[in-house]
Amino acid sequence: MAEFIQDIQQDEYLINMGPQHPSTHGVLRLVLSLKGETVMSVQPHCGYIHRGIEKMCERLTYPQIIHLTDRLDYLSAHINNHAVCMAVEGAMGVEIPERVKYIRTIMDELARIASHQLWWCSFGMDLGALTAFFYGLRDREPILDIFEESTGGRLIQSYYTPGGLMKDIHPGFQKRVKDFIKYFRKKIHEYDTLLSGNVIMMERTKGIGKLSKEDAISFGVTGPSGRGSGFACDVRKHHPYAAYDKVEFNEVLRAEGDSFARYSVRMDEMKESMNIIEQLIDNIPEGDFAVKMKPVIKLPEGEYYQRVEAARGEFGVFIHSKGEKYPYRFKLRSPNFSNLSALHTIAHGQKIADLVAIGASLDYVIPDIDR
Amino acid sequence: MKFDIYDFTSFTQWIDQSLRSVMAPFWVMITEMAIIGVAILAFYALVGLFLVYAERKVCAFMQNRVGPNRVGPYGIFQTIADLIKLLMKELVYIKNADKLLFNIAPFIVITASFLAIAAIPFAKGLHAIDFNIGIFYVIAVSSLGVIGILLAGWSSNSKYSLIGAMRSGAQIVSYELSVGLSLITMVILAGSMQLSTIVEAQANGWFIFTGHIPAIIAFVIFLIASTAETNRGPFDLAEAESELTAGFHTEYSGIRFAFFFLAEYMNMFIVASIAATIFWGGWMPFHVPGWEGFNTVMDYIPPFLWYIGKTAFMIFILMWFKWTFPRLRIDQLLTLEWKYLLPINLFNVVLMAFVVLMGWHW
Repeated sequence: MAEFIQDIQQDEYLINMGPQHPSTHGVLRLVLSLKGETVMSVQPHCGYIHRGIEKMCERLTYPQIIHLTDRLDYLSAHINNHAVCMAVEGAMGVEIPERVKYIRTIMDELARIASHQLWWCSFGMDLGALTAFFYGLRDREPILDIFEESTGGRLIQSYYTPGGLMKDIHPGFQKRVKDFIKYFRKKIHEYDTLLSGNVIMMERTKGIGKLSKEDAISFGVTGPSGRGSGFACDVRKHHPYAAYDKVEFNEVLRAEGDSFARYSVRMDEMKESMNIIEQLIDNIPEGDFAVKMKPVIKLPEGEYYQRVEAARGEFGVFIHSKGEKYPYRFKLRSPNFSNLSALHTIAHGQKIADLVAIGASLDYVIPDIDR
Repeated sequence: MKFDIYDFTSFTQWIDQSLRSVMAPFWVMITEMAIIGVAILAFYALVGLFLVYAERKVCAFMQNRVGPNRVGPYGIFQTIADLIKLLMKELVYIKNADKLLFNIAPFIVITASFLAIAAIPFAKGLHAIDFNIGIFYVIAVSSLGVIGILLAGWSSNSKYSLIGAMRSGAQIVSYELSVGLSLITMVILAGSMQLSTIVEAQANGWFIFTGHIPAIIAFVIFLIASTAETNRGPFDLAEAESELTAGFHTEYSGIRFAFFFLAEYMNMFIVASIAATIFWGGWMPFHVPGWEGFNTVMDYIPPFLWYIGKTAFMIFILMWFKWTFPRLRIDQLLTLEWKYLLPINLFNVVLMAFVVLMGWHW
């Protein structure tokens, strides 16, 4: 902070936004330098919820690691686990059954919808539309019920395991997912009528918080935030994994790069996710829900990397193995950390109220930043 | 008049005369002031408590929730329980805060809303003061509250509070203009500034119906501007929970926070009352010229109920705003006022004067 104070100009003042603040979505601390209400610079300070997960993983077996990667971006817990499982399976050279791939894809997309719903809640709340929060939570509930029924967990499930799934899906899974999609297709219109088409909402987000495509690429802003700037970075499309090569879906792209573009990318992604689920849900092949793995998984010596498209961007798992049952080095590429790094570039020169809206449109999950 | 059975004038005069028969005029005045003071204080507290409960229920209704339902039937004692909790809480003093101003600020805010409530006609003859410049008085005292808000922000020794207070200052001073001008528009139609006369003038139809287009424009502008003036709804920038945590009252705790809270709700009540009085006829029942039978039936509904009904309707609209719209940004807020509302309002005053001159109003 000391060197930062020297940088600020006369008639600017510093303000600490967080670590305890309603709209930093957790314990993120932003040191703002303000001139009146205009944000001159943003300095994020991380580490308030650092748990050393990467280091802890070096003393855990691979099936145990699953239970920690849940707790990074807890809103896309399934997707994080997917990356770890695929990295291990790839290293072991295990071919997993088609059924597992289908179920994992459906679960990932459900998690993505649930995550985007919660983002919508908090986006509305950060803009001051408090009612949006409860509408989003209401529609998220059926997804959590579906998760609970099949996996036993609502927020974090630890459902995937190297080689397949912990348990098979519940017999009523397909029906409930189809019911949910029918229900949510109606409700997503309500989102548009309540918030998307609102004049104040348009004024607050259109043309605000521009991130150019070049900046998005150089900061590594991925996921819906990057695609809002026109950066085609959807891992599902460009490097298909699981069952994504068997489904038709569009990569949602917007060229504007403002808060509203990031907003509408996420709104459209929810619709795309529903399309993906609809194509898969009736075609889940019969078969085993897991392949038999060795009791103690030892990865062959070498370096392995696997990336997936999490709800907030590209999530990568890097494993350096020395042939032990523990990884020698375990590194995570979390999307939120890169997205946060672009905050100063986006928010510089905007009003403090817009900083909150920009933060909401970048959609951080703090445990994913700090790990 | 047919609704003399509900006239409070005879009741208040009877109190006055019976007091005069037992004591000197000076003491009569003192006693009457005390009675009115206690009555207003009790009314104020009751309405405040009820409004907090109503807001929570309305908000719950809009958000698919149940709202308070534990303390008492339908949770009606919830706000009383909350009040007791707030009374018992510690009053936190901020280091390096300006103690005097910090303590005075909530009282200024609450006093301003007390003063305004004195001028509102609740029913025929149920009036604390019936000024001949009632509207001027209401506009004047309702803008005093901003002093308290500015002091609260300044004395708290907190940057969030200061930003909130500066926003609030800019906002309330700007929107005073629109509130004032839209009321002036209606004064042109009524031909008087005395609130009781304005209500009497609506005996043959409320102003919102008789005033043609300018009255409707004035009503819409008043609705927007008064929402902004009460720091509510899409204009709650001074508090801006998601940006400034709680804005100007971030550092207040316990009963001093409750004063700000209460004052906010009472300001909403006052604004709704004024809207009901000026545009919707106050306590005047709904009359259609020529329909004698209908008018007689309407007269049997007590005027106080008419007044409460209209005010409750206006309060519901204000709550509806708050729980539907996102918040504006400070520059958008000022743009709305200075570039849109004010020119429309000035034009509307001229339009209303023209309508009245041509005798187009009913």
